[in-house]
Amino acid sequence: MLEQLSWKVGGQQGEGVESTGETFAIALNRQGYYVYSFRHFSSRIKGGHSNDKVRVSLKQYRSIADYTDVLLAFDQESIDVNVQEVRQGGVVIADSKFNPTAPEHVRLFSIPLTKIAEECGSAIMKNMVSLGASACLLGLPINTFREVVEERFLRKGQRIVDQNMEAISRGFNYMRELGGADPQFALRPADGTRRLFMMGNEALGLGALAAGARVMPAYPITPASDVMEYLIKQFPKVGGVVVQTEDEIAAINMTIGAAYGGARAFTCTAGPGLSLMMEAIGLAGMTETPVVIIDTQRGGPSTGLPTKQEQSDMLAALFGTHGEIPKIVLNPATTEECFTVVGKAFNLAERYQCPVIIMTDLQLSLSKQTTEPLRLEDVVIDRGAVASEEDLAAAAGGEFPRYRLTDSGVSRRVFPGTKGGLHHVTGVEHMETGRPNETAGNRKQMMEKRMRKLQGVEIEDSVVRTGDESPDIAIVGIGSNIGAIAEAKEWLQRDGLKVAHVHIHAILPFPKRQLQAALSGAKQVVVVENNATAQLRHLMSFFGVDCPNAHSFLKYNGQAILPVEIYEFCKEMN
Amino acid sequence: MATVKDFRNNVRPNWCPGCGDFSVQASIQRALAALGKEPHEVAIVSGIGCSGRISGYINTYGFHGVHGRALPAAQGLKLANRHLTVIAAGGDGDGFGIGLNHFMHAVRRNMDITYIVMDNQIYGLTKGQHSPTSAHGFEAKTTPQGNIENAIIPTQVALGAGIGFLAQGFSSDVNQLVQLIEQAIQYRGFALVNVFSPCVTYNKINTYDWFREHVYNLDQVPDYDPTDRAAAMQMVVKTGGLATGLIYRDDSRVPYEDQIPGYPERALVEEDLTLSGEIFQNALKQFA
Ligand SMILES: Cc1ncc(C[n+]2csc(CCOP(=O)(O)OP(=O)(O)O)c2C)c(N)n1
Ligand code: SF4
Repeated sequence: MLEQLSWKVGGQQGEGVESTGETFAIALNRQGYYVYSFRHFSSRIKGGHSNDKVRVSLKQYRSIADYTDVLLAFDQESIDVNVQEVRQGGVVIADSKFNPTAPEHVRLFSIPLTKIAEECGSAIMKNMVSLGASACLLGLPINTFREVVEERFLRKGQRIVDQNMEAISRGFNYMRELGGADPQFALRPADGTRRLFMMGNEALGLGALAAGARVMPAYPITPASDVMEYLIKQFPKVGGVVVQTEDEIAAINMTIGAAYGGARAFTCTAGPGLSLMMEAIGLAGMTETPVVIIDTQRGGPSTGLPTKQEQSDMLAALFGTHGEIPKIVLNPATTEECFTVVGKAFNLAERYQCPVIIMTDLQLSLSKQTTEPLRLEDVVIDRGAVASEEDLAAAAGGEFPRYRLTDSGVSRRVFPGTKGGLHHVTGVEHMETGRPNETAGNRKQMMEKRMRKLQGVEIEDSVVRTGDESPDIAIVGIGSNIGAIAEAKEWLQRDGLKVAHVHIHAILPFPKRQLQAALSGAKQVVVVENNATAQLRHLMSFFGVDCPNAHSFLKYNGQAILPVEIYEFCKEMN
Repeated sequence: MATVKDFRNNVRPNWCPGCGDFSVQASIQRALAALGKEPHEVAIVSGIGCSGRISGYINTYGFHGVHGRALPAAQGLKLANRHLTVIAAGGDGDGFGIGLNHFMHAVRRNMDITYIVMDNQIYGLTKGQHSPTSAHGFEAKTTPQGNIENAIIPTQVALGAGIGFLAQGFSSDVNQLVQLIEQAIQYRGFALVNVFSPCVTYNKINTYDWFREHVYNLDQVPDYDPTDRAAAMQMVVKTGGLATGLIYRDDSRVPYEDQIPGYPERALVEEDLTLSGEIFQNALKQFA
């Protein structure tokens, strides 16, 4: 019996790989399993190998496995590319149509997927036939898929539903006749708990909705577009607006305009767009306009690896803008956190009146994963310092001191349209009234006012530590690597090592104190990140974290980091 | 009710004496007063350049952003508060050089805002380089042997992009300019008023006198029909882009804000941001 399963479907992009994987994943999630799926795709619409790898378990793992138990192949290429990771004695289910061949170490089941599908009504149902075969192998009743099939196809009529169920059933039976019902592969039953199943981008969109976002100008880019595509469906319910702008420069400037106007506004992009937004992010800092920018990192630079995993925008997010502004950078790691982080970002942006960048990575943005309950109460709205009637009355007749010098550096905002609040806003250095002033004294005062807002501030829970005290190894991670690190930690602990997992959830203001405390007593430190130049580790030393025994685990081939890779790296060190 | 005086502030423009932008400033102030606007109901969003400073010289809300991006910021502001009178303003370099992309798309998007360009055929603030509206052969710091590029003709570009309201003014005809700006603000949709606003310091060719000699004032063409797009295009081509007055208007267009599904009549800035539990629970169903 299997406690957990690593299942993969592969084929040419556009031949239903994604829908096969999704149907499988959703159906199992509804049985109460924890599911984590990662899609390998390329930057084209049709053709090219793509696959969807799904991890099914009774316990939450936020990572794909390094091996595969079951590979479902729609073409020989899918076998050739993926079979080396199928474990000894693992199973390959392939379409007889292409006379599949597979190496000795796996068991190959050749099933006429296309032919059976055609007999059921249409060749496109070969994915259903393959799901039926999988179900037989795993000891799952075919009704596991009924609900999902009905949701997908009922609007096309009962006949289509029946045909699809028939395809699943025929696949199941064919597999059984081949002797494919193997108790070794039977998946231990789950408890039937219903949990959410979503990707980081959807959680971000839902989070934006809950946070009171109302204006989202954005320009399409992988892997960010889902956020706008999600909100364009949701916003009409709350009166918000998504604008597909002409470019990212327009998107960020429109976001700034809307935020200046008093709306909660944000934009969402990936590396190339973040680069284009830099000048205006400086404008938001200089004019103290609260905006939120989401950067869903992908492989860079330039067009780089547009559909692959990387975490290489960290330095750009921190240092990309010319000049000096206060700025906050948040790094969620899970779908649950993607949901809450948007509200948190808006609150911080409005409290400190500065731009806030939320960084995800492709794996977090696009991996669909079982998600614990999301609660609206976890998102509170705090709009920060806004002018009261008295403030307006105090300014009566004169100009409103929008940039009043205060101890905290934060001054009250007033929205255009407000009577008695007239003031000027400019990206040129300015005085308390917002009027331009380039004198040395004013410059110094105003620069200090802005920078004071975040001086000494560390965002709460920027560092989360789990694991052993006085560890042999502390593994530091960021973003979607949370799952791979957590798992590697367990394996290392099983080997008798004392291990801590230190995850960073914000890199600006850099949580020096929190990180230092979390690392105290660690004999060795391993910083795990998806880039070639060890950006996170360099930030640690740049911001003065004392950590002489730090090593870097780096991966920059576009692929997700696997638990086994971290495990082996740590083993070699010890 | 607010008067012209209420739209003046005590900031002294840092423009050169005689700069055409003074007239544009005065015309906007007169037009706003004539339309019965109150200063707090108006926001002027401008780009960077000598002309871009204008948002600081009129007593309304003012936002002076980055070079070339006045239009995106103005559109964002309009979305946040659809009841504000939003005016975007800037120079020819700002609007038709670095910001041309945004101009084309602002036309296409058609939000109810007014765009006033102070077109002096030169880069003023950066001290005299040629601009996208400088004529072929024009000598400037960056074209010492004469411009080898061709000029953009703003009115032609605007009509080509499908604009719904197009006017062109000239800084020495303030009465006409006031009227054009009033109409542009009243127009429900995106309106461009391109203003020939001479730079007396760096442009020694396109001077007040040059424009007086060359503009073609449509106010003096009784049978000109500004609702006929083909005629408007013909006029713009025939005059080499030098026609002034109301060139084109189409009152049948529906502005962007009126077409956004579910967009409230109330300004977004006035809205309660709390999400209802019911909408939230419904949204979760998709992921169950
Ligand atoms: C991104 C960027 N590039 C260049 C500049 C420098 N710059 C400031 S204003 C300007 C051109 C101004 O010309 P125009 O828009 O015609 O306005 P004018 O000064 O003539 O009124 C330039 C190039 C800048 N501020 N920002
Ligand atoms: S340089 Fe030219 S555009 Fe600038 S203020 Fe002087 S006259 Fe006006």
